[in-house]
Amino acid sequence: MIEVTGLRKSFEGREVLKGIDAVFEPGKINMIIGASGSGKTVTIKCMVGLIEPDHGDIRYSGRTVLGLHIKEKKKIRQEIGMLFQSAALFDSMTVAENVAFPLRMFTKQSEAEIRERVAFCLHRVELDHAGPKYPAEISGGMQKRVGIARAIALDIKYLYCDEPNSGLDPVTSLVIDHLIKEITEEYNITTIINTHDMNSIFEVGDHIMYLYQGQKLWEGSPTEIVESDIPELQDFIFASPFIRNAYQHKLKRK
Amino acid sequence: MYLKELFKEMNKIGIGSLGIVILISVFLGMVTTLQTAYQLIVAWIPPSVIGEIVTETSMLELAPTITGLVLAGRVGSSLASELGTMRVKEQIDALDVMGVNSAAFLVFPKILGSIIVIPMLVVIATFLMIMSGAFIGNNTGIVPYNEFVEGALDIFKVKVFVLSLTKAYTFAFMISSISCYQGYYSSGGATGVGRSSTKAVVWSCVLILFSDYIIAQLFL
Ligand SMILES: Nc1ncnc2c1ncn2[C@@H]1O[C@H](COP(=O)(O)OP(=O)(O)O)[C@@H](O)[C@H]1O
Ligand SMILES: [Mg+2]
Repeated sequence: MIEVTGLRKSFEGREVLKGIDAVFEPGKINMIIGASGSGKTVTIKCMVGLIEPDHGDIRYSGRTVLGLHIKEKKKIRQEIGMLFQSAALFDSMTVAENVAFPLRMFTKQSEAEIRERVAFCLHRVELDHAGPKYPAEISGGMQKRVGIARAIALDIKYLYCDEPNSGLDPVTSLVIDHLIKEITEEYNITTIINTHDMNSIFEVGDHIMYLYQGQKLWEGSPTEIVESDIPELQDFIFASPFIRNAYQHKLKRK
Repeated sequence: MYLKELFKEMNKIGIGSLGIVILISVFLGMVTTLQTAYQLIVAWIPPSVIGEIVTETSMLELAPTITGLVLAGRVGSSLASELGTMRVKEQIDALDVMGVNSAAFLVFPKILGSIIVIPMLVVIATFLMIMSGAFIGNNTGIVPYNEFVEGALDIFKVKVFVLSLTKAYTFAFMISSISCYQGYYSSGGATGVGRSSTKAVVWSCVLILFSDYIIAQLFL
């Protein structure tokens, strides 16, 4: 479980996060949704420690990370995996070396153990034969899957995904979404996904939090979201008149 | 892990730049001999003086500075663009999230590798310049080998050698640290990487020339 309280962040005097409180449950897909520029990336970057927040507290299973000693911070970090928007694989390493990287850095496992773990992780994301390839030689969807494999190489408790579907076609997007969901439930991981992809929200979302200009305007389940009476949120999910019409049509038929 | 990175960098910097360093030093050595001879055509100056001048100029100025400037372009731009690409493709963030000290992990092997390899390249360049200078002197009949060597040995002093290496180490540190800094703090996508790589080369060159002057002023 991750708890965030009163998270604030300004850049050059402009407040980008205006006090966010949230609780993210384990074994669930927690989604942060919102338009571009609403502060989704800054929120998770504060949570993983890439950006220092101005105010607020972040607790991982009760442990505060802010102001923590570097050594203890490092321990928590090894429980965190992150899937980046651009996959962020290391170009100079093969797929297998990418997945092995956290193991080589943080464990004292033998080469044989590492090979076994890498094979297991690659198998889990259905990329058994991609090991010797370089990131530039595989497709965007495959890169994302390698990113997931690298994120779960160590036994993680928390997984962050920043727009896992950006740049992917709808079918590949769903494959990635379902993979993330399966892994989340299998290992009881607290997963946080940033997205503005409506398909993902309805397909795999368990708990949704809507950010609007750096504030949390709404939270709830995907079934509750269509009935919310917040105009900004309605505008966001029904940005396309086609979907709005289809939904109203469906309501009338009921 | 760190040691492996270090060898990778040394290999990239050293082997990668060897060709251009050889090419430049061979030609510079020959030109220096020809031009020195051209400027010294006076009957009462013994030809061995050409050996002295070529050796001393190569060691003191040409080899470290020209090699430094060339490597500022070759190594500086590649270090800066490599780190810059890692920055904009979020690979540095990925390291940080894992809890790897990205600056130490990425920058340290590059700077250390440069400091080990670049002075070696400077020594190779010096050697080649003197050799090619002697060769062209002998072949054109300006100064026979034995007189060139006589002059070269006359001038060779430990102080000159130390000064040459001082320059080499200073330039190696400047090129690598400036370029790594520019690359590591790149922002603004692909154009940002281009910008930081240009800045890396320009600043390295400027600081090489400036420190070249300072070192000469201090020690000569
Ligand atoms: N490092 C930064 N410096 C200044 N402004 C930033 C920085 N990072 C993000 N911002 C600003 O914060 C706002 C929220 O950005 P972000 O969290 O990336 O939005 P998104 O919801 O699309 O992920 C944007 O207006 C962006 O310009
Ligand atoms: Mg974003």
